[in-house]
Amino acid sequence: MHKLIICGGNDKYGNSEGIQRLDLFRGELYTIVGNTGSGKSRLMKDIEQLADHDTVTQRRVFIDGKQFTWEERQEQSLHFVAHLGQNMRFMLDTTVEEFLNLHAHCRAKEVDTNEIIFQANQITPEAIMPNQSLNLLSGGQTRALMIADIALICDSPIVLIDEIENAGIDKEKAFALLLSKEKLVMIVTHDPHTALMAKQRIVMEAGAIKQVIQRSEKEAAIFEQLSKEYRKQKRLQNAIRNGEGVI
Amino acid sequence: MLKKVILISGGAAVGKTAVLKNIIPLLQSKDIALSVCKIDCVATKDGLVYENMGIPSVVGISGDICPDHFLVSNLPELYHWADEKTSDILLIETAGLCHRCSPATEKMTAGCVLDCTSSCQAPAQLGPMLTYADFVVLTKIDMVSQAEREIILWKIKDLNPSAKLFTIDGLTGYGAEGLADWLGGLSKEENFDDDILRHSMPSGVCSYCVGEKRVGSVYQQGVVGKIEF
Ligand SMILES: Nc1nc2c(ncn2[C@@H]2O[C@H](COP(=O)(O)OP(=O)(O)OP(=O)(O)O)[C@@H](O)[C@H]2O)c(=O)[nH]1
Ligand SMILES: Nc1ncnc2c1ncn2[C@@H]1O[C@H](COP(=O)(O)OP(=O)(O)OP(=O)(O)O)[C@@H](O)[C@H]1O
Ligand SMILES: [Mg+2]
Ligand SMILES: [Mg+2]
Ligand SMILES: [Zn+2]
Ligand SMILES: [Zn+2]
Repeated sequence: MHKLIICGGNDKYGNSEGIQRLDLFRGELYTIVGNTGSGKSRLMKDIEQLADHDTVTQRRVFIDGKQFTWEERQEQSLHFVAHLGQNMRFMLDTTVEEFLNLHAHCRAKEVDTNEIIFQANQITPEAIMPNQSLNLLSGGQTRALMIADIALICDSPIVLIDEIENAGIDKEKAFALLLSKEKLVMIVTHDPHTALMAKQRIVMEAGAIKQVIQRSEKEAAIFEQLSKEYRKQKRLQNAIRNGEGVI
Repeated sequence: MLKKVILISGGAAVGKTAVLKNIIPLLQSKDIALSVCKIDCVATKDGLVYENMGIPSVVGISGDICPDHFLVSNLPELYHWADEKTSDILLIETAGLCHRCSPATEKMTAGCVLDCTSSCQAPAQLGPMLTYADFVVLTKIDMVSQAEREIILWKIKDLNPSAKLFTIDGLTGYGAEGLADWLGGLSKEENFDDDILRHSMPSGVCSYCVGEKRVGSVYQQGVVGKIEF
């Protein structure tokens, strides 16, 4: 797979979408911004489901320009797209290790569960244990494990993440893990630092893609500045969390 | 003439009505005349939902009887009723509380609805309802991680490799189209006489079935099962 093509549909009021065609490429990072309710999560879902005129937005989504039958879409969407939704939680009543083995088994893969847990623990400060109960993980641990699972077990070339900032996980390490795998990554965010991380950002309004903005030189410089501040804040946060004084 | 009977079974609150609400308009748009029956134990508001959708509907309340046994006892009358309403397809939503029984018959198109959040723990618990199904619908896919969804789908395929699998988001209706297309395919007129259950129903006639309240071996008659220690 090389690229993902989104063909515009309608906004919430039935007007046709500002952008009629959008080509997104593998190995690139895109961020999605817009007010609350502007349709960011909906766009993620359309992509996950390889929408074909059959969602509220009337969008169509193609992979490499290929047209899939409805049946193929149900089969293929899980292989092409890994989606970490805004409200997803773990429900299975099993241990972390058992879950990872089960998932790998479904995908007919051999994996080193310790490596996946190790990677997840780089992202979250509270360590996840292999024999911990899956549905008792904290919000941050859940998110971290889902990210490590997507990076190391799912072969999906497309990765969709709906908000990464919550629950105090280390987003820079999370991105590093995801981006190291030659994937097409799309991230929904309200955070200016995350938004400016991508060379292209997609702006949503009233349920439609309003425009796609290329990051300017100036914005790249602002991004560097925000990165420094992010790291500084991270240090302070850690110090305070660990009960240390802040001078 | 009635051409098809579609059974929608599944545990409580898994989204059976949500699935039907999504596929009914799609089937209607194919010029298929529908009627629907909801079976429940005590009371249900589902009948009203279907009535509001403008299709002939009937509710059967099973009371003290196993709702699946109750449904089978009423099948010939139901088929007759749907026929009188000149329906092409009769949809039946079960109460689905008794996982030992499956009211699926040979002539029905039998489906089992599971949701990602509850039924997923152990689809094996669903017994004949799942293993004898022609199609399986997985709902509430919006609520769990993708990895778990993959695991659930894989478990279902393992338990019933021949069933057609559909995933549906009952709130937005995503996936309903595929199911409606598959269900809407009608063959010739079908004859529903001499129908037969796919799986025999366990007998459940002990003293408590008929109103006994006192606890103790002396009060237990009929088919009594005991735990082995
Ligand atoms: N998030 C989510 N909720 C759903 C979905 N499908 C159904 N629900 C909700 O789950 C609840 C139960 O849905 P119903 O369709 O009434 O379930 P049912 O199986 O018909 O229930 P009974 O007839 O009472 O056994 C409702 O609150 C629905 O809105 C889904 O795909 N996603
Ligand atoms: N083009 C559209 N047509 C009709 N409805 C739409 C459209 N786009 C989005 N919606 C609906 O609008 C609602 C809000 O959209 P969504 O959840 O995607 O917002 P969001 O940008 O993710 O908000 P938040 O930042 O709060 O998460 C949803 O119910 C969604 O289905
Ligand atoms: Mg959202
Ligand atoms: Mg119902
Ligand atoms: Zn029963
Ligand atoms: Zn009894």
